[in-house]
Amino acid sequence: MKTNSLLKFTFWKIVAVIIIVAGFISTYYRFTKGLGATTNLSDLVPWGLWIGFDFLGVGLAAAGFTIAATVHIFNLHRFEPIVRPAILTAFIGYSLVVGLLVVDLGRPENFWHPLVMWNIHSVMFEITWCIICYTTVLMLEFAPVVLEKFNLKAPIKLLKKISIPIVIAGVLFSTLHQSSFGSLYLIVPGRLYPLWYSSLLPVHFYISCIAAGISMIIFESYINARAFNTGLRLNILSELAVVVVIVLAIEFILKISDLLLSGKFNYLITLNMESFLFYLEIIIGTFLPIILLGSKRNRENKGILFIGAICVICGFILNRMNVCMTGMAASSGVSYFPSFDEISITFMLVVLAMIAFNLVVQNFQVFTYTEEHVIQENGVVETKKIITSE
Amino acid sequence: MSKTKGLLFDVTLCIGCGACYDACKQKNKLPKTNQNFLSDHLSANTFTVLEQYNEYYARKLCMHCDEPSCVSVCPVGAFSKSKTGAVLYDGDKCIGCRYCMQACPHKVPRYEWGKTQPRVRKCNMCDDRIKEGKIPACAEACPTEATLFGDIDELVEVAKRRIKENKRNYYPHIYGLDEAGGSHVLILSPVPFEQLGYTPHLPKEPMPMLTMKAMEKIPPVVGVGGIFLGGMYWLTKRKNQIAKEKNEIKKELQEHEN
Repeated sequence: MKTNSLLKFTFWKIVAVIIIVAGFISTYYRFTKGLGATTNLSDLVPWGLWIGFDFLGVGLAAAGFTIAATVHIFNLHRFEPIVRPAILTAFIGYSLVVGLLVVDLGRPENFWHPLVMWNIHSVMFEITWCIICYTTVLMLEFAPVVLEKFNLKAPIKLLKKISIPIVIAGVLFSTLHQSSFGSLYLIVPGRLYPLWYSSLLPVHFYISCIAAGISMIIFESYINARAFNTGLRLNILSELAVVVVIVLAIEFILKISDLLLSGKFNYLITLNMESFLFYLEIIIGTFLPIILLGSKRNRENKGILFIGAICVICGFILNRMNVCMTGMAASSGVSYFPSFDEISITFMLVVLAMIAFNLVVQNFQVFTYTEEHVIQENGVVETKKIITSE
Repeated sequence: MSKTKGLLFDVTLCIGCGACYDACKQKNKLPKTNQNFLSDHLSANTFTVLEQYNEYYARKLCMHCDEPSCVSVCPVGAFSKSKTGAVLYDGDKCIGCRYCMQACPHKVPRYEWGKTQPRVRKCNMCDDRIKEGKIPACAEACPTEATLFGDIDELVEVAKRRIKENKRNYYPHIYGLDEAGGSHVLILSPVPFEQLGYTPHLPKEPMPMLTMKAMEKIPPVVGVGGIFLGGMYWLTKRKNQIAKEKNEIKKELQEHEN
């Protein structure tokens, strides 16, 4: 049993090392040979996998602001135990995005230009500023976790004093840039396939990131509980699942009524690659999770809860990839599939993000536990850690 | 510089000689990209091309929109609208996000994919030449006046007159007059424009308006959102406090009874 788990551990370790080494080599080529030699991007497909992953990194990190608002603004303190994982997820998600931007930008050495060269009409300008500000907010929100480890009380006290304005600023910044990722595509009505193009794109992006962000927290809690063999706070997570179902239902109704009201019914009944992907996205990301998580009994089954969360995440990934790649493919007239270097750099950053998450969780109080003594039938006392509120 | 300038390209007059193509390459010091100019396409080293469609030749180049998408989307303002009407690009500002390429309704901007410090490349209507009082290289080289340079208002009049006086020869539409909010390159053709590879069905509204509608909502969202969140914080905190006080009173009462 012990050797088995050790072997498994080494196997994943080797995989991680291979991915990181491959990623490093690709990164080296990316910066020495340029984008043309290392990516499949072209004049007709200027945005590819990397931009898609930026959407994912930011969207899946959305729990950072929703959970912080739930606990600190709406004062629902029973959700306290998931604040830290949510903020850490968000911070790592945003770091991943910044990493990807550095490789994706043609002139990464000019990354600071938006700070001094302003164009307030540009959605990209607004997003850049929001991401910079929100990453700062996340650092301030997570700082107490690091400071308490080193027993630095004075700065924690100060941060606590300004915590409410910080959380409010974080929610506002997030609201703006999460929706603005959708606004990026408002200016390409002729290019994005009509099933995804809508003047409500920013609203769709905003609502869908809430469901995906919360699902990400359910997903992580489950993995974490398995990895460290601790109990799950099922009551909190199943309550979150209710929120996910409600948000998914709202998004579905909004999306369909938007399509019908803007006269796009014929696109729904046209059978092609786009409509197939659209339905796939709806079935995996909306129908399945609503069916799985719709009933109370299912929500309290951690296996089903986990699968439901995965469905939402997959549906979300499909949606963002559809908007930024497949939905744009037809109008560009050329087919795009990411190159080896694009994929390996992306994988490297994802693996690094996972390692970073793991390291922080192991060294700081992210998931909080108390020990519960369970008296088994044979009278042996078993000590079990359960995640608990502070 | 009093009036904004523009180019009028008339398909019926073009003989497909490629003088504009060569002049553009020469003026911008661009390397040769194709043996046959008719099979070339827009690229980082080609700012204008002639495309052959049966007996017609269609010129493709930056349309120099009135309200350009590229100017509006660029996060660092690397694009600007010149007083001459040309849309200019400043490579020193560019961070390389390529949103301009994604957003351009005419799919014009090209990128130096092969370089490690790449720039966006496109026609600048020979802005420098216009400011010196000369005319763009392509218009100067054109032997048949298929490419005509002048004040944009006058060009619109010329185009309207040509269609009116010669209804049989022209498809009754000036491409670029309304497309994507209007542009400083106008095109006349004997056949519908989609047959010559020009993007059809572009909205008449300037494209940046589509983004502006969303951007305008930012201040109210921030204002209302901030007040809402602050209010909710105060309300829920107060609610919790009252609940706590009630509990304490209850406890006291119970203790009293005991």
